[in-house]
Amino acid sequence: MTLTAQPVREELAEFLRARWQDIVRAWSAAAVFGHADPADTEDECAELLTGVAQAIREGAEGDPADEGFSAARSVFGPLVAGVAAGQGGRPDVAALKAPLLRLWSEHDKPADMAADGAVALSTVVDTLRLLLLEMELESSAETIRSQREQLTELSTPVIKLWDGVLAIPLIGTLDSMRSQAATENLLEQIVAQQARVAILDITGVPAVDTMVAQHLLKTAMAARLMGAECIISGIRPQIAQTMVQLGIDLGELATRASLADALGYALHETGMAVVADQHR
Amino acid sequence: MTTVPTVREVPIRAEIGIVQVRQAVREVAVSVGFSLVDQTKLVTAASELARNTLKHGGGGVAEIELEQRVGSTALRLRFHDKGPGIGDVELALRDGYSSAGGLGLGLSGARRLADEFDLETARGEGTTVTVTFVAAGPAAR
Amino acid sequence: MSATSVIELDGVLLVTIQGELTDHDAIALQQDLTTQVAERGARGVLINISALEIVDSFLARTLHEIAGVTSLLAAETVVVGMRPEVAITLVELGLTLNGLRTALSVSDGLSMFGGASIARRAEGA
Repeated sequence: MTLTAQPVREELAEFLRARWQDIVRAWSAAAVFGHADPADTEDECAELLTGVAQAIREGAEGDPADEGFSAARSVFGPLVAGVAAGQGGRPDVAALKAPLLRLWSEHDKPADMAADGAVALSTVVDTLRLLLLEMELESSAETIRSQREQLTELSTPVIKLWDGVLAIPLIGTLDSMRSQAATENLLEQIVAQQARVAILDITGVPAVDTMVAQHLLKTAMAARLMGAECIISGIRPQIAQTMVQLGIDLGELATRASLADALGYALHETGMAVVADQHR
Repeated sequence: MTTVPTVREVPIRAEIGIVQVRQAVREVAVSVGFSLVDQTKLVTAASELARNTLKHGGGGVAEIELEQRVGSTALRLRFHDKGPGIGDVELALRDGYSSAGGLGLGLSGARRLADEFDLETARGEGTTVTVTFVAAGPAAR
Repeated sequence: MSATSVIELDGVLLVTIQGELTDHDAIALQQDLTTQVAERGARGVLINISALEIVDSFLARTLHEIAGVTSLLAAETVVVGMRPEVAITLVELGLTLNGLRTALSVSDGLSMFGGASIARRAEGA
């Protein structure tokens, strides 16, 4: 995909060969890559330029997937990782454009090639910027994904309160991924510990919307199919109020204001009773 | 997106075909790393749709395909039959509607279990139901 | 079909379903169970499905029907040992099987029938 004619590309290749050192020096001076050692910076600029020359030679200056840009990928890789880790600022790739175009304007070439050549060189820098942006997006998407996974693991502990009584404290905003993980975790523990009652404590949930209510109901229904009962505890007054206003109905699901009340109910259900010790 | 050609094709001519579809789907789902819950949803949806193909379509074939997507793998199940087709699609997709005396959750249930659902049908020409499940998690990368 | 044997324990019929069930197997099980409940005068039926990797709408309906029929014959049906992934899938499918009694394990399920055998002995005396 190129609009640049073959003769122009040849002229550009000639230009890049002739002014190689000047371009590398100008790019190094543009301080896009913050290396302590100037030699490292020059090496990277040279690597980048080799790839750029290849892309232009193949007429692929606008295609970030082209082989020529793989050199740019390896140069940008550590930069993107550094930015993601909070070290160093975003590299300003656009700063590479001006010196390149200035050197091109000084280059001795047939007059009718000036404009086309400038467009091609400009495109190649734009593609570098696009590539960097893509890599940054990929990197942040990856960060978010791994943080979500960590959060999912962290946020769903299942606690044994008594023989046959489990509790899962739900905390924070429940998205579908986290609520699914919580459900699976709880149901697995119900089997592993042969728990007849499971308490879903929502004290730490800021708001109960229809989604959350739906999730609580589904969890309770699945537990019931397995032969266990769910109780919802920790419904704060204002949450109860909103639930009624939203028309949320938890059906036959048992609810208790506090975890302690829920435990009392659970013990009763499993045939236990807490009695005061007469001898003390 | 690149679609890998059909990895498995299972004919559904008799009841045993439903069981064979379930087994084939389970094997493919395990091989691409679907979680246990997702495997179960996949196999259950396959069972529902294979039964529809047999009972309403007079038999047909189930195709299992894999598709590599950005950062995930999708498993697609396609059920073809050359039966009478579905007259009223909206009605057939409604919960509790059944023409075979079941609970009427075959089509609507499979749609709920799947990430993507597609139905093509024409009177007298048969029906094709396609459900897609996307594997989330480490194995997909 | 896959090995499904019915044993009787203190007036309760205990069935363990194993392996893949065809629709035909499910119907056969239903007929077999209801016949046996009537013949043996069982007071309960315990269906252990802990070995089942999936329960689709057909099998779910069959289980529901077994419970309905046996209750007309004065025997209560309890389904035990449903796996978490199966339960999650059934709920997603829209099947909550209201009214079906369930238990976590065979022993939990048996305890739901209590000491009815003593009561029956007393009745008979």
